[in-house]
Amino acid sequence: MTAETIIQSLASGLLMGLLYGLIAVGLALIFGLMDVVNFAHGEFLMIAMYATFFLFAFFAIDPLLSAPLVAAALFVFGAVVYLLIVRFAVRAKANAGMVQIFSTFGLAIVMRGLAQYFFTPDYRSVTHSWLGGKTVSVAGIFLPVPQLVGALVAIAAFGALYLFINRTDFGRALEATREDAGAVALVGIDKNRVFALGWGLGAALVGLSGAVMAMFFYIYPDVGASFALIAYVTVALGGFGSVFGAFAGGIIVGLVEATTALLLPPSLKAVGIYAVYLLVVFVRPRGLFGSM
Amino acid sequence: MDTNFAKSRRRDLILAFCLAAIAALVPLFVKDVYVQNIMVLTLMWGALSQSWNILSGYCGQISLGHALYFGIGAYTTALLFTKFGVLPWFGMIGGGVISAIIAMALGYPCFRLRGHYFVIATIVIAEIGLLLFHNWDWAGAAMGIDIPVRGDSWLKFQFTRSKLPYFYFALALACVAWFVTWWLEDSKWGYWWRAVKDNPEAAESLGVVVFNSKMGAAAVSAFLVAVGGSFYAQFVSYIDPESVMGFQFSLLMALPAVLGGIGTLWGPMLGAVILIPLTELTRSFIGGSGRGVDLIVYGGLIIAISLARPQGLVGLFAPRRKEAAR
Repeated sequence: MTAETIIQSLASGLLMGLLYGLIAVGLALIFGLMDVVNFAHGEFLMIAMYATFFLFAFFAIDPLLSAPLVAAALFVFGAVVYLLIVRFAVRAKANAGMVQIFSTFGLAIVMRGLAQYFFTPDYRSVTHSWLGGKTVSVAGIFLPVPQLVGALVAIAAFGALYLFINRTDFGRALEATREDAGAVALVGIDKNRVFALGWGLGAALVGLSGAVMAMFFYIYPDVGASFALIAYVTVALGGFGSVFGAFAGGIIVGLVEATTALLLPPSLKAVGIYAVYLLVVFVRPRGLFGSM
Repeated sequence: MDTNFAKSRRRDLILAFCLAAIAALVPLFVKDVYVQNIMVLTLMWGALSQSWNILSGYCGQISLGHALYFGIGAYTTALLFTKFGVLPWFGMIGGGVISAIIAMALGYPCFRLRGHYFVIATIVIAEIGLLLFHNWDWAGAAMGIDIPVRGDSWLKFQFTRSKLPYFYFALALACVAWFVTWWLEDSKWGYWWRAVKDNPEAAESLGVVVFNSKMGAAAVSAFLVAVGGSFYAQFVSYIDPESVMGFQFSLLMALPAVLGGIGTLWGPMLGAVILIPLTELTRSFIGGSGRGVDLIVYGGLIIAISLARPQGLVGLFAPRRKEAAR
């Protein structure tokens, strides 16, 4: 193992990690807002990838251009999921935690079934997109262009999200609602509306990552499952609800995955991520940046 | 305890005995192998869900990683039988004991975690187990283990001609899991668990050793699930990591209890009786083409139940009894 291979795999780990952060941040945002974990998060990613695929296959719109469209579609989808399902789940009087988990799990199963029904279980991929399969060499390190662009999109999205939360009225309403959902009602903020928009925003972010992922990953009905677990680990590692934590968590997960892949057989590369998650929460039960 | 509660517990026991007796007679009239297969699966998932319910329902520690114990049970039995010729009965007990020990070893660090951190830890640990078995060559790695047929007897726990013995074992397992729950419900442990579930701080301050009571629940729960896993290995006679330790098993163990009523005595069995035949039937009648209709029905049912009746279906059958059980 030369220094070059190590740097090479750490560099690609970093790119992948930024993308993991982008996949996970929607989950963190929603959790921070209303203490709900969306167990259909991976399926949100899956339909975003399919949307990108179909826009490409039928209308020849490159993933780079369709990303905003997919994000917008997912925004609507996320808000609708909140209004139709989650809104009722959080009202449950009995077994509240259980109801949240299983209503979104049920949604995940339905979405997977629908995808199998309408899109068939076949593996699909966006072939011949503008960036697909290209690499650039930076100081002797080869970086795949789709992942590189994905990482840049992730950094830009995190920057925009930061500004959005801190500089806009809606962002402030979001912050206020997460602090105290009861009190915001007194100052005339409609809690349900903020929650719906929060779900929309969270889904839009995963939509954005789905469009990027579609450039270099196979698309099939179960694709969400493998990324969902990584997203939960990312969010929990960073600390539930912390947007910055998701960013940091993503980078850590990407680097740990790359390091594990160097040391262990490739099929075990996820073990490193899981082990780091366990180590972190055993030492700090609230994740790295989570508050009590 | 007040006499009403004692009376209702006796009524539960009598009802369970009658239901078990009726269930035992059913195969005498239902000879169809396909239906018998569904009955075996229903009883098995009922038993598994009942066991899951001890830790996740009564004690409130939601585990979505019980596939680990199911898989360990299945693998212990299959490995001991194929590599060393040890009878499945010993594998069953051995798998149960190993699972219980592992559950406590994992519980030691995990039970300090709360809420979603705990749930995700359970998923992640089961996933690590799955990956390790995938890469463990001696245990067949991804290829799994084909359990050879060495006889047709209760001694070897292999039956080639009829599904009936499997049915009776599954029924016995379901009865044991039910009875253990029934017995624990009114024991010191049962009260501790409910106290831990409702408010761990208050429980601790009243002298409940929260940590130990979680460990006890985990051990009992893991032991029973592993016995179920051993049974499953003998029943299907071929196992691989994905087919006994995959995440879907963790979910499948939780769902009957969610559907029937989490933390209730009858919930898991009731949920299994509804859910398992429904899934099997949709799978074979509509979902045969592998096009996911069974998933849609299944997932839709979960959403509908968890939103419309978060306390589960069990309350529908005995609305007044619920108050007494509290």
